[in-house]
Amino acid sequence: MIRFEQVSCEYEKGKKALDALNFEITEGESVGLIGANGAGKSTLMKALLGLLPHTGKITVDGLMVSGTNLKEIRKKTGLVLQNSDNQMFMPTVYEDMMFGLLNYGMSREEADKRVDEVLGQLGIKELKNQYNHKMSGGEKRMAAIAVVLAMNPETILMDEPTSALDPCNRRIVIRTICSLTQTRLIASHDLDLILDTCSRVILLSGGKIAADGPAQEILRDRELLEANRMELPLCLSGGYGTAHMNGLRGHSQFEDGTAGAGSEVSPISP
Amino acid sequence: MDKTDHAAYGFREMDELAARQSPVHSLHPLAKLITTFVYIFVTVSFHRYDLSGLIVMVLYPALMFTVSGIPVSTCFYKLRFVLPLVLAVGLFNPFFDREPLLTIGSLGISGGMISMTTLMLKGIFCLTASFLLAATTPMDSVCAALRKIRVPGMIVTLLLLTYRYISVMLEELSVMTTAYKLRAPGQKGIRYNAWGSFLGQLLLRTMDRGQELFESMQLRGFQGEFWYADVKKARMTDYLFTVVTVTLFVLCRRFSIAVLTGSLVTGGAV
Repeated sequence: MIRFEQVSCEYEKGKKALDALNFEITEGESVGLIGANGAGKSTLMKALLGLLPHTGKITVDGLMVSGTNLKEIRKKTGLVLQNSDNQMFMPTVYEDMMFGLLNYGMSREEADKRVDEVLGQLGIKELKNQYNHKMSGGEKRMAAIAVVLAMNPETILMDEPTSALDPCNRRIVIRTICSLTQTRLIASHDLDLILDTCSRVILLSGGKIAADGPAQEILRDRELLEANRMELPLCLSGGYGTAHMNGLRGHSQFEDGTAGAGSEVSPISP
Repeated sequence: MDKTDHAAYGFREMDELAARQSPVHSLHPLAKLITTFVYIFVTVSFHRYDLSGLIVMVLYPALMFTVSGIPVSTCFYKLRFVLPLVLAVGLFNPFFDREPLLTIGSLGISGGMISMTTLMLKGIFCLTASFLLAATTPMDSVCAALRKIRVPGMIVTLLLLTYRYISVMLEELSVMTTAYKLRAPGQKGIRYNAWGSFLGQLLLRTMDRGQELFESMQLRGFQGEFWYADVKKARMTDYLFTVVTVTLFVLCRRFSIAVLTGSLVTGGAV
């Protein structure tokens, strides 16, 4: 469980990037973190992993995010960065996946096995020995997810997981996210993605929580979204979101029939 | 492809060259590392007028190129930016050292000309030997070998990170150069008055990316020391290779092979 108590964070003195945040994320929950640019989404994730100094109290499974607990917290919590190029620093996908596993004390044999297992789960075995600089954007994103999943984290944080992806790769990533059973916190401007993958949404504005509640409620609230420089998801505003594409009015569903986390959504007339 | 793009891509290609299979590639990294160090040491130790002795040192890179299957052209192509600097080192010697040391027919050759040639050859030989090491041994293995000979972890990590970050810098440089060119049509290169801000921006951008890469490493348990490639145990071939090559280098340094061969051919008249 993740708990934020009066958490504040600032890059410059007097300019708060996060302002007295209070919320909880329970085990297995899939939470969407939305908000305009500069609302504090990435900052929140970095603070959660102890990459930014903060005031207040952040706990992950009862462990406070601070010096001595960081190793344990980072082992439990994986972050998929917005820019996959910054996530993958070893020459090949295999080496990148091994990096974290070996750092956390796994033997080479075990780590090898784990790498194969995760690549198999994600259906990207062919990427194992692929050079990072030779992969497409979609492949890199999948590899970045694999790198994080290999660590077997209890919580997965994703920062804009579908940015710069083509529709097909976007769909693959959404499907992958939905298949995960871990606690998920997904920061994105892609509200259709949030609708497909999250049951709860936290809306940030100027470092504060503007709304926190079920995805179907918040993502249907045009006034609330527009007041926070956002727009209704395409599938709810009569655009061409997932629900419409699948011809399943009121359901966010994949081609194979599996439903997204934010299913049972009725489109709103524009 | 843009020049800087090409450079970034080419730099990463070194990892691919190192992953090839050949008798040279399969040698133990430590064997290659020691041999390269000794080769460089012996090469630079030749006297500035000892051209005949130095010339024999070409045999090592020539043999390694042949056995490893790495084309000589690839080496010189990749070193094309460094080679002119090496060649420029002894450029002024002929002007300072004009005393004739030998005559070919009626043509007197000054000591400066010989020392310039010697310096150039030394530079070329050392660079090709270093290139061969990098092109036949993955950087991780080189670092693992360095750790095996007790080079401090901090220095090895710095070496590896520098190696990795060069490609990051080249990528950023490529993006910036493209952006510049698009707004400066018909202009060759970057105008000198933009160099200051260009380099400043490059520094800031690479620092940002470096920071994110480092955070990504931290999140996967990095604590200052890499888990280097799994270097296998040295075989008899590795010991043999090291002993034979090092002995040959020392013999080449001790005796002028070219002169000895010459005296054999001419019956001692040289």
